[in-house]
Amino acid sequence: MALQSLDIWRRSATTTEPPQQRVAMEVAKLIDVTKCIGCKACQSACQEWNDLREEVGINVGSYQNPHDLTANSWTLMRFAETEANGHFEWLIRKDGCMHCADPGCLKACPSPGAIIQYKNGIVDFAEENCIGCGYCIKGCPFNVPRLSEKDSKVYKCTLCSDRVAVGLEPACIKACPTQALVFGSKEDMKDHAAGRIAELKERGFDNAGLYDPQGVGGTHVMYVLHHADQPELYSDLPKDPHISPMVALWKGVTKPLALLAMAGAVLGGFFHYIGIGPNEVEEEEEVS
Amino acid sequence: MSAHKSQYIERYNTAERLNHWVTAITFILLILSGFSLFHPALFWLTNLFGGGPWTRILHPFIGVVMFGSFASLALRFWHHNILSKNDIQWLKQIPDVIQNFEDRLPEVDRYNAGQKLLFWTMIATIPTLFITGIIIWQPWFTPWFPRNVDRFAVLLHALCAFIMSTGIIVHVYAAIWVKGTMRAMVRGTVERAWVKKHHPGWYKRLEQGRDH
Repeated sequence: MALQSLDIWRRSATTTEPPQQRVAMEVAKLIDVTKCIGCKACQSACQEWNDLREEVGINVGSYQNPHDLTANSWTLMRFAETEANGHFEWLIRKDGCMHCADPGCLKACPSPGAIIQYKNGIVDFAEENCIGCGYCIKGCPFNVPRLSEKDSKVYKCTLCSDRVAVGLEPACIKACPTQALVFGSKEDMKDHAAGRIAELKERGFDNAGLYDPQGVGGTHVMYVLHHADQPELYSDLPKDPHISPMVALWKGVTKPLALLAMAGAVLGGFFHYIGIGPNEVEEEEEVS
Repeated sequence: MSAHKSQYIERYNTAERLNHWVTAITFILLILSGFSLFHPALFWLTNLFGGGPWTRILHPFIGVVMFGSFASLALRFWHHNILSKNDIQWLKQIPDVIQNFEDRLPEVDRYNAGQKLLFWTMIATIPTLFITGIIIWQPWFTPWFPRNVDRFAVLLHALCAFIMSTGIIVHVYAAIWVKGTMRAMVRGTVERAWVKKHHPGWYKRLEQGRDH
C-alpha cells in the first residue's frame, strides 16, 4: 500500500474494488466567497507549488486573468458583475475542481488508474496513465479538466494531494490573506461554514448558504455563498450539478449488456453450427 | 450461355474483393482498438497498438480509411440490395432459414434478405460512426462542439459500434454456416451448384445471359 493518507478509494476503468479495509477522514476545502477580495494569491500559489506557468495573455477589460481554466491554470478567480438583487454586486469565485464524491470524470475515464479518488475524497489525475481521449471532460458537470496542447494529457486541481498526504494544507489555502480559504475535515468545514452563514444572515443575507451539491454526492470543495439560492450568479456555478444522463447511460449498464449480447451472438452461432449444422450443397445438386 | 458450362461462376471481381478486404481489415483494427476503450475488461487490447495513447491516436485515422473504403463498397453493391416482396416473405420464414429448409423459401436473387439487411445496417451505422467519430476526435475537433453534442456523439458512437459489430458477427457466421460462400470473397468464384441452391433468381438471370 501507498501512503495511508492517499489510500485509493476508487480507480477509473476498474471493475473490482481497491483495498477498502482502512478508513480515512474526508477532507474539504471551504471557499468563503463573501470574504474573498480577488487578490489571486491562491492562483499564484497554485502555479508556484505545482511548477506551472501561465502564458502572458491579453486584457479584455476584466480582472479575470487568464480568461479560463487551462492545463496550466488549475484554479481561477472568476469575476462576475450583477444587478440581479436590485443593486450592483461584484461576485468573485475561485473556480477549479470540486472533488465530487461521485466524480463524472472518473466514471467516464476508459484508462485504468488514470483517475483515482483517495479515501480522503480528493480526486486526482495520474497523467502518466492518461491516454488523452478527453472522456473526463465529457463526464465533468463543472467543466473543469483541460487537455494540454503540449502533451495531450488532461490536468486539473489535485487539491495538493502531495501536500495533504504529508499533513500540509493545499498551497492556495496557505496563500489566502483573508482566510476566505480554509481546509480541514469535511465535517469541520461544514461546522465552520454554518457559523459564517449565521453571521451573513445576521448581516441581511437571508439566502446565505453552503454549496455542497448532493447531485454529485456532495463535494470536497465547498462554497459559502451570499446567494446560495442563485449559484448561477457566480459565473455560472451550476444550481443542481449531476453527471449527465447521457454519460450515465454511456458508462452504465449498457456496456456490460452490449458485451453480453455480442458474446451471446457468437455463442448462438457456435451452437447453431453444432445443433443444426452447416448449409451445404448436396451431392446430386452438384452433378446437374 | 454456351453449351460448355464451367464449374465456377464469378461472383466478385478482383477490385470488389480487394475493396471488401480493405474494409474488413480496417474493421478488425477498429473493433480491437475501439473495444479496448469500450469496457475496462478489454483495455488490454490497447497493447496490440502500442499502448493507450497510441490506440487513441490510431483509431480515428483507421476509421477514416474504413469509411472511405466502405463508401466505395456501398457504391458498388447498393443496387443489388433493394428489398423486394420476396424478401419480406423470406424474413417471415426466418425459422426455415435457420433450420436450413431452403427449399421452402421464396426465390433469392443475388442477395437474400438477411444479406440486404446487413447492408442497410452498415449504411446506417458506418456514416454515423464517422460523423460522431469526428466530433469526439481529440485533440482537434472536439473543442468545436458544445459539450452536450460531444456527450451525445460518444454515446451514439458506442451504440452504433455495438450494432455494427453484432451485424458483423452474423455476417461472419453466415459465411461459415453456408458452405462454399467463403470462396466468393477469397477467390471471386462460387460453384454453379451453390448459385442454383442459394441464389436461384440470380442463376436464372445468368442462364438467360443477363448481367449479374
